[in-house]
Amino acid sequence: MRTYVFARLVDTALTCLAISFVVFAFLHLAGDPAKVLLPPEASNQAVAELRSSLGLDDPFLRQYGRFLGRAILGDFGDSFIIRDKALGIVLERAPATIELAVAGLLLGLVLSVPMGILSAYRPRTWLDHAASGISVVGQAVPTFWLGIMLILVFAVSYRLVPVSGRAGWRSLVLPAVCLGVYIAPVMMRLVRSGMLGVLTQDYIRAARAKGISAASLLWKHAFKNVSIPLVTMIGLQFGRLLAGTVVIETVFAWPGVGFLTVKAVRTLDYPVVQAAVVVVGAAIALVNLATDVIVALLDPRVRYG
Amino acid sequence: MAEREPSRPRLPAWRGYWSGWLGAGIVALAALCALLAPRLAPHDPYAQDLAARLAPPAWSPHGSVEHLLGTDHVGRDYLSRIIYGARVSLATSALAVLVSGTIGIAAGLAMGYRGGLADRVLTFLTNLTLTFPFMLLTITVIALMGSGFVNMVVVLGVTGWPIYARIVRAEVLTLREREFVLAEIGLGGSTARILAAHILPNLANLVIVLVSVEAARMIVVESFLSYLGLGVPPPAPSWGSMLSEAQLYVFTKGWMATLPGLAIVVTVLGVNLAGDALRDFLDPQMKTLAA
Repeated sequence: MRTYVFARLVDTALTCLAISFVVFAFLHLAGDPAKVLLPPEASNQAVAELRSSLGLDDPFLRQYGRFLGRAILGDFGDSFIIRDKALGIVLERAPATIELAVAGLLLGLVLSVPMGILSAYRPRTWLDHAASGISVVGQAVPTFWLGIMLILVFAVSYRLVPVSGRAGWRSLVLPAVCLGVYIAPVMMRLVRSGMLGVLTQDYIRAARAKGISAASLLWKHAFKNVSIPLVTMIGLQFGRLLAGTVVIETVFAWPGVGFLTVKAVRTLDYPVVQAAVVVVGAAIALVNLATDVIVALLDPRVRYG
Repeated sequence: MAEREPSRPRLPAWRGYWSGWLGAGIVALAALCALLAPRLAPHDPYAQDLAARLAPPAWSPHGSVEHLLGTDHVGRDYLSRIIYGARVSLATSALAVLVSGTIGIAAGLAMGYRGGLADRVLTFLTNLTLTFPFMLLTITVIALMGSGFVNMVVVLGVTGWPIYARIVRAEVLTLREREFVLAEIGLGGSTARILAAHILPNLANLVIVLVSVEAARMIVVESFLSYLGLGVPPPAPSWGSMLSEAQLYVFTKGWMATLPGLAIVVTVLGVNLAGDALRDFLDPQMKTLAA
């Protein structure tokens, strides 16, 4: 177990390193911060002076080394727009994103797990077909459009919830539903196919022969075995989930990391963008690490395999 | 035993594949809209008519047949803009898939067939993409490079390849050990010949399925980038940018946000249905896996 966790830790550290490098390289190739910081009418000399004072004339690797050295200590520089630490600005928004992601994930589970179990329990019935039909259509609906449609119906026509922003649980409902619907189809498919595989096994037939109830059979005997791949899947889906929050936060003006990043990108606020991408990437890497460790704890075959 | 002439591949029957044919029909219709937009559109999609701005669709009480789907905030014909929008959507998707598919398949072949250091480096890179916040990176890079059709295609193409590389690599690893490849190696066939004559044809089914999944995804990503104002610059019509304009009028003109979104949903659904049917038809093994 120790060696396994250690190997995964090294992997995670390498991943974070690589993310920081890619972000830095892309931003380095894509534009010149000195031109962003100075007004457009600034002289070439002023631009050159600022470039050398920011160290932008140094070789690429030296610049990256300096960026990495500071980033490890949590210093991504000051935002160009708000005179404040870029990392602080990003972390301040993190609770809103976590709240949305957790609510969306829970809703996604509530939607997908019962649907997956039932459609595997009664395969090729109207229930199964309806569930797979819903998941096919659900996968075709772009999240941001679903968001606008939900706003149209529940916030504009029926005025049940606010249109946008973050004020109390009512404002969380629509964004969370959106996110839940976005991730549910993939999880439902996994639960269904996993349950189908488990339900044909001998121990299930034995349990049936004992005469236990359908609920106990499905939940206690069958679903427990599907929960391991489901945990792995949730971990792997976490990246998609966070990408989804970027989209949904933009539609609902939800003040999270995604909304912040889209705004920072528009104002070319390099330090905030760098901090946000590295923080989100590191979060995904850590969640993947945690998932692997949890799965290893649940399933000895992974630990020793 | 005499070897039987392999039967020629036949088009799948309607029965059992009706959803696939429906999907293919939708894709064909969308492609037709994109190709023949100037002929099909009833109006010039750029022509503004401020007197007729925000006209409702023909089926609502104040609608007129002149503008079947109404007009937008500067009085441009909505139906014509939706028809023209298919161009941006399909062209972006097709080109992005072409770029990412080419890079990904080449990388997958190199990783799977050659192995060694290239394989280890590329495997690490493709695994990295699982944890990479690509959405944020895509938005950032396009914003910095400047929005526009070419930049969007380049960024989507360059960031989309790992999925092909992963899957092609896994397939090549097994193909490489098959008898017909080993026989060709024994006969002294060149690597180029083995790849072109034996490996690539056997990857075709897999690649077709991947392409359909990715094409649908690219349509959605394009519409979101356009929604953020990072796609084709205005006044060019695209479904995503129409949605972001429509969101300003969501309180009074709900249909404005509904229609371009429906165009996206129907197109993506068409690509998905056609892709699912192709997968079942070309690769029955994957059908059992998916079931």
